[in-house]
Amino acid sequence: MAATPARGRSLPVLPAFPKAVKIALADTQLRRNLAKATTTIRAKRARVVEELADWEELRAAGAAIKDETLRHLDHYLLQLEEAVTRAGGRVHWARNAVEANTIIARLVRDTGAERVVKVKSLTTDEIRLNDALASVGITAVETDLAELIIQLAHEPSSHILVPAIHKNRSEIRDLFRRTIATGQDLSDEPKALAGAARAYLRKQFLSAQVAISGANVAVAETGTVGVVESEGNGRMCLTLPRTLITVMGIEKVLPTFRDLEVFLQLLPRSSTGERMNPYTSLWTGVTPGDGPEAFHLVLLDNGRTNVLADEVGRQTLRCIRCSACLNICPVYARTGGHAYGSVYPGPIGAILTPQLLGLERAKTLPYASSLCGACYEVCPVKINIPDVLLRLRGQVGASAGQWNPEAMTMRQLAAIFSSPTRYERAQRMARYGQRLFVRDGVINRLPGPLSGWSQARDLQPLPAQSFRDWWRERRQKTGGA
Amino acid sequence: MSAAAAAKSAILRAVQDAVAGAPDAAPISRDYSQRDERSHTTVIEEFIDRLQDYKAHVERVEVRGLSSCIADACNRYGVQRLVAPVDVPPEWTPSEVEVLRDVAQLSLAELDGSDAVLTGCALAIAQTGTIVLDGGARQGRRALSLVPDRHICVVFEDQVLGIVPEGIARLSASPERPITFISGPSATSDIELSRVEGVHGPRMLHVILVESPLAYSEGKLE
Repeated sequence: MAATPARGRSLPVLPAFPKAVKIALADTQLRRNLAKATTTIRAKRARVVEELADWEELRAAGAAIKDETLRHLDHYLLQLEEAVTRAGGRVHWARNAVEANTIIARLVRDTGAERVVKVKSLTTDEIRLNDALASVGITAVETDLAELIIQLAHEPSSHILVPAIHKNRSEIRDLFRRTIATGQDLSDEPKALAGAARAYLRKQFLSAQVAISGANVAVAETGTVGVVESEGNGRMCLTLPRTLITVMGIEKVLPTFRDLEVFLQLLPRSSTGERMNPYTSLWTGVTPGDGPEAFHLVLLDNGRTNVLADEVGRQTLRCIRCSACLNICPVYARTGGHAYGSVYPGPIGAILTPQLLGLERAKTLPYASSLCGACYEVCPVKINIPDVLLRLRGQVGASAGQWNPEAMTMRQLAAIFSSPTRYERAQRMARYGQRLFVRDGVINRLPGPLSGWSQARDLQPLPAQSFRDWWRERRQKTGGA
Repeated sequence: MSAAAAAKSAILRAVQDAVAGAPDAAPISRDYSQRDERSHTTVIEEFIDRLQDYKAHVERVEVRGLSSCIADACNRYGVQRLVAPVDVPPEWTPSEVEVLRDVAQLSLAELDGSDAVLTGCALAIAQTGTIVLDGGARQGRRALSLVPDRHICVVFEDQVLGIVPEGIARLSASPERPITFISGPSATSDIELSRVEGVHGPRMLHVILVESPLAYSEGKLE
């Protein structure tokens, strides 16, 4: 049974990927930005991964630790709750977004604060926390530079790691001049832009009473929670305000403190292509005289137990949100994140989103892939993304019923491929019939129910002579044998 | 049952239902490197290389040169107000600067108005160029090494370990301390992926690596 009562038919369906992708592909600026960004990070990652002779052993250990955690997730969650509580923190459980948002809003209100500072967190994007807080009069200020940019621009994120990857420096300068740096003579140098954000956010940090963060890891054994970051906005939020509220998906727990030795190597190298990210904060409950006086940890299900229930799909929950699969993906590198219509884009989004939301709400996403397998090769926790994609495609196919065009075509093909006579007859017919569709040596548009398939694919026409024809002809010429 | 208890038991039940009948997870094999087998001299060289790689400033001194090295650094950066944890030795802090000791918790405004902070560290990791603070000796609370714009950090060579698992092993003796890994000055690549050093944390990291007798003798033996 799923612990997610908020799931249901009335929830909106995501826009179909094949339609959304057309908008993204037509945006030449976006494509240039994406190409530059993904190639750069890809090369950096490859370089620092190459440096570690034991990378494959680390990947294997990462996957095994996650599998062990997931197999006994109930045990580790209870152990985590106990350890956090012992260290002076409080643990809250939320079945879905509504419950999580209600808990967080109540905790913020209890402090009397009307403004919170936020560390970049995909989980809070997933539950749309900022909107929920706004509806009860609480302003959430994003403090990661890219998150701030897209918050000021009222745009959704387009990349897990660098959410403003779709914007260039002059667009950001114009945005800052309109918002946080009005009346200032601001250049479009990244250093100047970062400086403007620093000046604006410093005031926020020094006066904030409450901070909200996500978590990269949480250790069941000790109750230690960790955030990995670059800019120092994380440290500011985790250290300066009196109250800290951390929201984390239930799959982020790790059994032992020692497991950090694996993930603190896998994550930075896979994510930003650094040997280590500039700052990592690890805290356990509250420490008198150092940092927040109150710490709340909100454990979120929101569909994760549904993912856990599928024997193939459950490996998706190993994900540590590094974004290596986005950067390597030939589809993502051209379309960017918006086309996926979900908080989690790219290959991981194509498998995670349909499983979290329910397949009926995102059934085109499992097809947003060429199944090339590059994502699996770079995944630091060895999630076999192509396997899960195929699993989900199978489920989409099965749910469409036996009379849908794809199922009917497949049945026909099965009949054709199972008999040599039928196969050859079909080849001859196709060779004759394809003349109407071949343009410049390729078939790029198929008729009728097959047109959907050819929308994003070109087909090589059948050659004038098949191998079987050639073989027969050769035997006749050479007199057999 | 209260709403909170209901949510908790529903999630736990959903987890149990989801994994019921799932095969046992394979044993975790930790056959990745646990220890750095290289000489300490090599480890120190790598640490310096990694610090420089991400634009931290790094100096190497003998113990007796430490005080003047700190004074020179303060002088070079024009530091007038220097934040220091209570237990930083008095001989470390230069006489010509105003030292703000964190005796009765300096206010955020005082920290923000300072020019630099001087701390020691818990340990360092060479392979990643990481300095680890855990609130122990000579490190103070976390805000001290965060709010000031420059961080001058004293690292003794025998505090430098080779690789990440060695660092985690040492930290696991008291994992409940507030731990911060610092690998270079704060940085962002959020605008067109151009790296900008110095965002919210200290914009400058100055590491003073103090030769310790242990490392010195090891180096001599090679």
